[in-house]
Amino acid sequence: MRAVPRAMRQSPQLRAISAIFLVSWCVIAAFPIFWIAVMSFKSPIDAFASNPLHVIFGPATRAAGQGLSILDIIVGLGVLWGFIHFAMRDLPRYARQWAPFGNLLLYWLAAALVFAVIFIAVFFGLLPPLLRIANGLSGPIGSPIIGFTVEHYQSIWIDSSFYRNFINSMMVTAGVVVISLTVGTLAGYGIARSGSHLAFWLLIIALIFRALPHAVLVAGYLPVFINSAELLRPILGDLSPTFYGKPVAVIAVMVAINQPFTIWMLRSFFQNIPRDLDEAARVDGCTHFQAFRWVIMPVMWPGVITAGLFSFLLAYNDFLVASLLLDAQNQTMVPAIAGFFNRETTTTDQVRAVAAAVSITAPLFLLIMVFQRQIVSGLTAGAVKG
Amino acid sequence: MKFKTFAAFVGPSIFLMLVFIAWPLANVLWQSFHVTSVKFEQSEVEVCTPGFLTSTCTVEVRMQPILDSYGDPVTETKFVGWQSYRNVLEPARFLAGLQDLSWEQVMVIDFWKALRFTLTFTLITLPLVIGVGLLIALAVNNAIQSLRGQIIFVSLLPFIITPVIGALSIRWLFVGDGILTAFLEWLLKADIAMLANPWTLELLMMFYRVWHVAPFAFIILYAGLQTVNHDTLESAVIDGASRFERLRFVTIPHLMPLIIFIALIHLMDSYRVFEEIVGFSSQAHVISLQWLTYDLLTPDDAGNRAISRASASAMLTMIGIVVILIPLLGKTWRDHKGVS
Repeated sequence: MRAVPRAMRQSPQLRAISAIFLVSWCVIAAFPIFWIAVMSFKSPIDAFASNPLHVIFGPATRAAGQGLSILDIIVGLGVLWGFIHFAMRDLPRYARQWAPFGNLLLYWLAAALVFAVIFIAVFFGLLPPLLRIANGLSGPIGSPIIGFTVEHYQSIWIDSSFYRNFINSMMVTAGVVVISLTVGTLAGYGIARSGSHLAFWLLIIALIFRALPHAVLVAGYLPVFINSAELLRPILGDLSPTFYGKPVAVIAVMVAINQPFTIWMLRSFFQNIPRDLDEAARVDGCTHFQAFRWVIMPVMWPGVITAGLFSFLLAYNDFLVASLLLDAQNQTMVPAIAGFFNRETTTTDQVRAVAAAVSITAPLFLLIMVFQRQIVSGLTAGAVKG
Repeated sequence: MKFKTFAAFVGPSIFLMLVFIAWPLANVLWQSFHVTSVKFEQSEVEVCTPGFLTSTCTVEVRMQPILDSYGDPVTETKFVGWQSYRNVLEPARFLAGLQDLSWEQVMVIDFWKALRFTLTFTLITLPLVIGVGLLIALAVNNAIQSLRGQIIFVSLLPFIITPVIGALSIRWLFVGDGILTAFLEWLLKADIAMLANPWTLELLMMFYRVWHVAPFAFIILYAGLQTVNHDTLESAVIDGASRFERLRFVTIPHLMPLIIFIALIHLMDSYRVFEEIVGFSSQAHVISLQWLTYDLLTPDDAGNRAISRASASAMLTMIGIVVILIPLLGKTWRDHKGVS
């Protein structure tokens, strides 16, 4: 970083204004998300109270006998910190040691899964009963000061079987990410290395497809998917499936919607890899495909991960496609939540919807924590390099 | 690279896009001119009502759907020409409204109402997104190095959140006597219902969109700010340019390609505004073009979907996309010509 010349240094007023602006932006950016997280742990009266202090401290929730004591907060934060510390420091080492088949991606997935299960078991299973006993023994620091309840999460995940929507969401997202990356990397590489007129036209057509409203495409699928059993009967006989209501249909549509964007992003990442690398491999006797698989892909992982993140976001955040192509009993998470708040019969339903919304947002929060750099590089990849 | 290898690499992707994008588009075009309806037949049914001694029986002529051997109703598809387009556009009522110079009369028709909102929404949020994004980028560029990572983390939150949930999270702050409604009522000393007025709803939706997209503009412009030429800035200082003049004549021209890029992406995305309508449940007051198609595709109370009308409204929506893309495509074409 070079020293700033004196003439370009900013006046204190300007620095103050810019700092104030930045602080208020950060507050505005985080506040709604922070607030729904707070609301989701309160009883309905507190959650929609007009006094913000009531929402934070939750007197009605506390009066109902559900609250956190100082002891709870300290122990809870301690355990949380311990887990985060373990995840950052020791988990990578253990994951590498216990790697299932020496496969990088697989052991990360396995490690994350095991970690998540242990975390949920300890934090939500083991800790509450232990703390209840400890609170009874420890007098004043054991009495509740902040209203806090997880009953909405319980009623959403267990009673309303939100886990089924969660499984659906995971199936759809996993399918979309895997297929669009496989097809997209091949196409991105081909286009980046070709430079022919055809490649140019492909990119332009992909750009046009990217601009299409998704409802337009779904309007084209819907009648076909509903009648697919009838349409396919002459070919497949009685085995012919009805695609409407099947996650497979959503995966196919989302992959197609996602394809133009994936191609553009991966192409710009491939262009950053010098052509000399391919040529060296070709001289050593590789075919184009071998060069792609054994020489280019190993250096391409950061780009593929970034493109995978954006595919994940598209599939995970989708409302329109899933809500039109799946029926109400078999929804993914985001359309299912619309079912919770559209009832609007009681405020309890509303707080349940808040809890579901927070449950959907939590994985995204983790995603930014882990992959912030990749997300930023993905955003700038398309723009800065043109 | 030989054509054959190129085709092998690109083939799967082209296949997917042909089957799942190009073909449905063609299908939508075809559907917009055809209506599929259930076939009915007249049948005589004897209806008996129990009475004293003998029940009274009458023979009624009823319309009943014809069923095929699987028990499903038989449907027939008819060519209807521009009828579905007419149903969406309602030209007679539209022209009558124009003749009476009555804005309300035109705004009763769903399509024109949706078009009005979609266009105002797109055009008002566009400068706001770029302006707010640029301001954040400049401010972050001023901030202490060690804080920038955290600021970027917080800024990414609204960008990455599921759109429907982002809209909901803002709506929940205003629901009933929610904290922000209470705050505004205290501030303005007036009774406020942000979620029951069309114009306050629109305001909230625009606020949500700027909140959601400004981080995207910020990240891109911030990356662009890192490559501003310091020598040019320094010579501008020597020439006596004020801070504002340096921003106006050095920094912004440098960022111009990025600003155009953001503007285009934002035009495309906000033209298909949809999630806001769902999140704020504003369909009674404010609707958008994509929501109109969505609504026609969802089954009504009788379980029927207006596929043909939905296709017509989808085709009409696409006209707007083409208008937005023409300048971009023209420019890309000229660049390509210039390069090769």
